[in-house]
Amino acid sequence: MLRIRTFPIVTFALFIILFPWVARIIPGIGHYPDLMIFAGIYCLMTIGLSLLMGYAGQISLGQAAFFGIGAYVSGILTATYGLNPWLGMVIGMIVAALVAVIVGVPSLKLHGHYLAMATLAFGIIVFIIFNEEVELTGGPDGMTGIPVLSLFGFAFDSLEKYYYLVWVFVFAAFIFTINLIQSRSGRALRAIHASQAASNAMGINVPRFKIMVFVYSAILAALAGSLYAHYLNFINPTTFDLFFSIKLLIMIALGGMHEIWGAIIGAFLVTFLSFEWLHFFEEFEVIVYGFILLVVTIFLPHGLVGIPHIIKDWLRR
Amino acid sequence: MNELRTENILEVEDVMMAFGGLTALINLNFQVESGIIKAIIGPNGAGKTTLFNVITGTFPPTEGAIRFKSHLIQNLKAHEISRLGISRTFQTVELFTNMTVLENVMVGCHTRIKSAFIAEGLRLPQIKKKEAQMRDRAMEILKFIGLDDKYSESADSLPLGERKILEIGRALATEPELICLDEPAAGLNETETRAAADLIRRIKERGITVLLVEHDMKVVMDISDHIMVLNYGEKIAEGSPAEVQNDSRVIEAYLGSEEENHASD
Repeated sequence: MLRIRTFPIVTFALFIILFPWVARIIPGIGHYPDLMIFAGIYCLMTIGLSLLMGYAGQISLGQAAFFGIGAYVSGILTATYGLNPWLGMVIGMIVAALVAVIVGVPSLKLHGHYLAMATLAFGIIVFIIFNEEVELTGGPDGMTGIPVLSLFGFAFDSLEKYYYLVWVFVFAAFIFTINLIQSRSGRALRAIHASQAASNAMGINVPRFKIMVFVYSAILAALAGSLYAHYLNFINPTTFDLFFSIKLLIMIALGGMHEIWGAIIGAFLVTFLSFEWLHFFEEFEVIVYGFILLVVTIFLPHGLVGIPHIIKDWLRR
Repeated sequence: MNELRTENILEVEDVMMAFGGLTALINLNFQVESGIIKAIIGPNGAGKTTLFNVITGTFPPTEGAIRFKSHLIQNLKAHEISRLGISRTFQTVELFTNMTVLENVMVGCHTRIKSAFIAEGLRLPQIKKKEAQMRDRAMEILKFIGLDDKYSESADSLPLGERKILEIGRALATEPELICLDEPAAGLNETETRAAADLIRRIKERGITVLLVEHDMKVVMDISDHIMVLNYGEKIAEGSPAEVQNDSRVIEAYLGSEEENHASD
């Protein structure tokens, strides 16, 4: 029975809650909570993507575009039109969902990796729009003046406040997803992954489930985009390029795509690698990622979350 | 039994199936009476599995009509046909190997006990109730097929005989009125074969019509009410087991493979 244990989740939650205090005490990691905000934003995206890749067996190369849609819809509606940020966030998610339906329906009704191709093209198109629609998006210079989020007069204006806000969203998405994979829809997704023919024979509408997961992943990416925009108060197109979509895939592959924890671990590792530990490589960073991906796919096909299983098998021998 | 006037649950009319230049089924016409076990036999490559694939919607027939109860189903998708009440097993066992025995059967309940995506994510109280309902239903079926003591094992870990039985159980969970079994006894030893034959009989007793593709002639002759013989995509004989056994065309079609049958016994 697929049962995701609560103990690790509680431990993880405690770690997240206590971390800002710990970071203040230990020298040299005072800026880590800031990185953890980014890790949280990436987690939102990898959670959706791991469901799509690990369970529905589909690859999306357009997650950066949905991330961007969330960020720009939020940015434009709040900074340009003065709309309530929370409303902007919800509208961003709705727009992403609609776009996902338009991109996903035709490609997910076909067998094979048509979604990867469709989202690749889609990601590039959206990236061009962000750059070229200067009046709307500010073009390559980006847009500034995106307001701080606040709720009933309480402004999330400090790093720590925003840290907790982001992680509340991450945990909500995490638990929603866990509930999902442990119920009928999740079983249907795992069934599709194991055998499409048998899933069909069980009455599972395979394209419908794939579309649903794709839309869900797009909504989470848009939410992440909104949170990103309101945190930095500034966005520009380079954040949302194809390489970022690929980076998300690296996170999933590194962490492990068949377990939801893989999404979290992958997002954390890549965040710290790219902001902290790989600074040294500068523009050669891409090569390092390529190398990591190579090593992981060859030696750890189940990602880092697969290591305990490997050790267990090894000890048994 | 046969004297009673019964309705046809399935009617296949002029069905033709062509894959490019290869014609797998040629102008096939037959009916399946409700509540019986009907076997489809024939040499390898006769089109038996293709017929199952056409009936269950894996692909639509090139020509012809298939009527299930009052529905014309030849152009419906596989999952829609499953919903209407036709279920199947596969010649090459297609279990969900990433799940437990119980979960496999629970997936079978998919269309009968429904829940919404958002309600599942929020784990609303109704979802817990439905999950329990599904589990109970699946356990009932596991008891019926005799695998209830292995409910928590991985489907992957079962021996072939039990995997085949589990596949039948999973198909039963969709609450079918017609079940298509593709070689349920292939690769089984004698004890397992007897268990499978017994299970098929008990499925019939539940009022479910069985369409059976099988090479084990002893099983076929023992449990079938009616037999249809295919050869190169064409129906060459149809009737009761006794009638089919004495049909000259059937003997002719099988003559070459008679020795083979002995060799594999």
